[in-house]
Amino acid sequence: MQTKDEIVIRLQGIKKLYQMGDQQVAALDGIDLDIKRGEFAALMGPSGSGKSTLMNILGCLDRPTVGSYQLNGREVAHLSDDELARTRNKNIGFVFQNFNLLARISSLDNVALPLVYAGRGLSERRERAMAVLEAVGLADRAEHMPNELSGGQRQRVAIARALVNEPEIIMADEPTGNLDTKSTREIMEIFQKMHGLGRTIILVTHEPEIALCANRQLLVRDGVITRDEGKGVVLDVV
Amino acid sequence: MAFSALYANKLRSLLTMLGIIIGVGAVIAMVSVGMGVRSNVQESIASLGSNMLIVSPGSSNRSGPRSAAGSMKTLKYDDAKAIQSKVKNIEYLSPSVSSNYQIVNGNQNWNSSVQGITPEYMNIKSLSVESGSFISSDNLQKRERVAVIGTTVASNLFGDENPVGKNIRVNNQPFRVIGLLETKGQSSMGQDQDDVVLIPLTTAQERMLGITHVQSVSVQVKEAMYMDQVQEDIETLLRQRHKIIGGKEDDFHVRNLTSLMETMTQTTTMITLLLGSVAGISLVVGGIGIMNIMMVSVTERTREIGIRKALGATFSNIMMQFLIESVVIGVVGGIIGIFVGCGLSSLIAALGDFTTVITWAPIVVSFTFSVGIGLIFGILPARKAARLDPIEALRYE
Repeated sequence: MQTKDEIVIRLQGIKKLYQMGDQQVAALDGIDLDIKRGEFAALMGPSGSGKSTLMNILGCLDRPTVGSYQLNGREVAHLSDDELARTRNKNIGFVFQNFNLLARISSLDNVALPLVYAGRGLSERRERAMAVLEAVGLADRAEHMPNELSGGQRQRVAIARALVNEPEIIMADEPTGNLDTKSTREIMEIFQKMHGLGRTIILVTHEPEIALCANRQLLVRDGVITRDEGKGVVLDVV
Repeated sequence: MAFSALYANKLRSLLTMLGIIIGVGAVIAMVSVGMGVRSNVQESIASLGSNMLIVSPGSSNRSGPRSAAGSMKTLKYDDAKAIQSKVKNIEYLSPSVSSNYQIVNGNQNWNSSVQGITPEYMNIKSLSVESGSFISSDNLQKRERVAVIGTTVASNLFGDENPVGKNIRVNNQPFRVIGLLETKGQSSMGQDQDDVVLIPLTTAQERMLGITHVQSVSVQVKEAMYMDQVQEDIETLLRQRHKIIGGKEDDFHVRNLTSLMETMTQTTTMITLLLGSVAGISLVVGGIGIMNIMMVSVTERTREIGIRKALGATFSNIMMQFLIESVVIGVVGGIIGIFVGCGLSSLIAALGDFTTVITWAPIVVSFTFSVGIGLIFGILPARKAARLDPIEALRYE
């Protein structure tokens, strides 16, 4: 059993530089960040702050120009595309603002999709997908198409999909941005439940109330982390 | 997954397949038409007899206007006899003359080709007698006025009656019908092979035409390998007999039907290939249709690709997904095309009163081609999909 204090994510000197004409722009300008196992961190920042870029790098969708990213002790900052894809599949579960479910397949198949790319057999896929759908309270919606579900239900399917392959980290990018207040509350309850079960969650949001659900708030501004607070600190700066 | 994507866009998938369906169908139908022509030609040549040499008199080459081939009177019945006795490896040989006469039975009359032949003619033309007998060498020797008639002639002159033993008048001379030929049907050249009256050669020469020469000598060689030898021997023999020396032109021709058949087969094969390749072009066009639609499909599904990549799909996962889709279009289109092509070919056969021959080769080739086209024209779109950047793809609206 791994210890509670074990560091899952360690960023050191992460920079992301873009060439704009003859001038270099730094979207991220030297990020150092440790996230421990079981932490629920909220990543905040105004648009253009580098928040999305940081999120992409944390989610292994993008590579930093320089710097080191250790995920679970393994250096992943400069892997190839396919290695990054396998890392995403194994270690990271994504929840997006606009759900990003495949419209043509059922909830169950959507949830089972990461297992397809993990190379699991059909019966195992269905079994595990069913189990996580049950955990988010949607077992009775397994055979429904995404367009037959409400926004809140769709996001729960997406959360189930993020959980199905037992990843190290859940990356949630504005998960409540498209939801009404009631669904928002439901979704945040699920996140807190997951947090209670010891999952590591990184939540990107610009709503302070949402960020308050997390036990750690990070503020990104101009490509650097300007504030890093524990639970209970109201971030009025956004 | 590939199937569900194709199924979700039923109309579009079907339209994309249509290019392949038409292409494969056209190849099969066109090649079957070409093969039909070929088998017709082969049949008609084979009906003349296999391993056949035909000796015919040449045209007059003396000064003044030259007359048509076969107009010379130098080829005699004796020449034919000499060929039979002196040239080796001959199976059958039959000299013949022919002319058109009016044939009368009571108040019925008919115009037909009357051929003076020898008994061996039956073997050469693979004829058989339905009732009565064929012309015998006795008939030949005695220059008897006997005739063997084909079914067309019989039905026109006698209706349903059995003509054997009855008398007919050929060019106003009385002939006794001694045999009725079995129906041979139409030759592929459209000639009615049953519209014929056969009489002994000598009768035709002396009693009807008043000539001593023959119009052609058909020679059936024992084996195809002896064709050239027999042809050469006949030429040498006839030159000797006709006293043609040195560079003087022959007064006869020996035609080799096997080489004629080879030429005809070659020609029809060319026609078949031509038809097939024209149809093949539509297959390639169908392939470009696949590529076009797959490109659109990739653009349209950029977001889906982004999601799949975010969830851990690798380059080859995405590549396979799209390749399978386009190959499925090729396979399904190819299978439907095979049915369409076979149907089309039987339709042509049924409506056009024309033989079409469906063979395995065009089916296998065009199907393989359509699958290959699905694969090759699918590579580019699939690569485009697999190379998409997940961040960009997820952002795509």
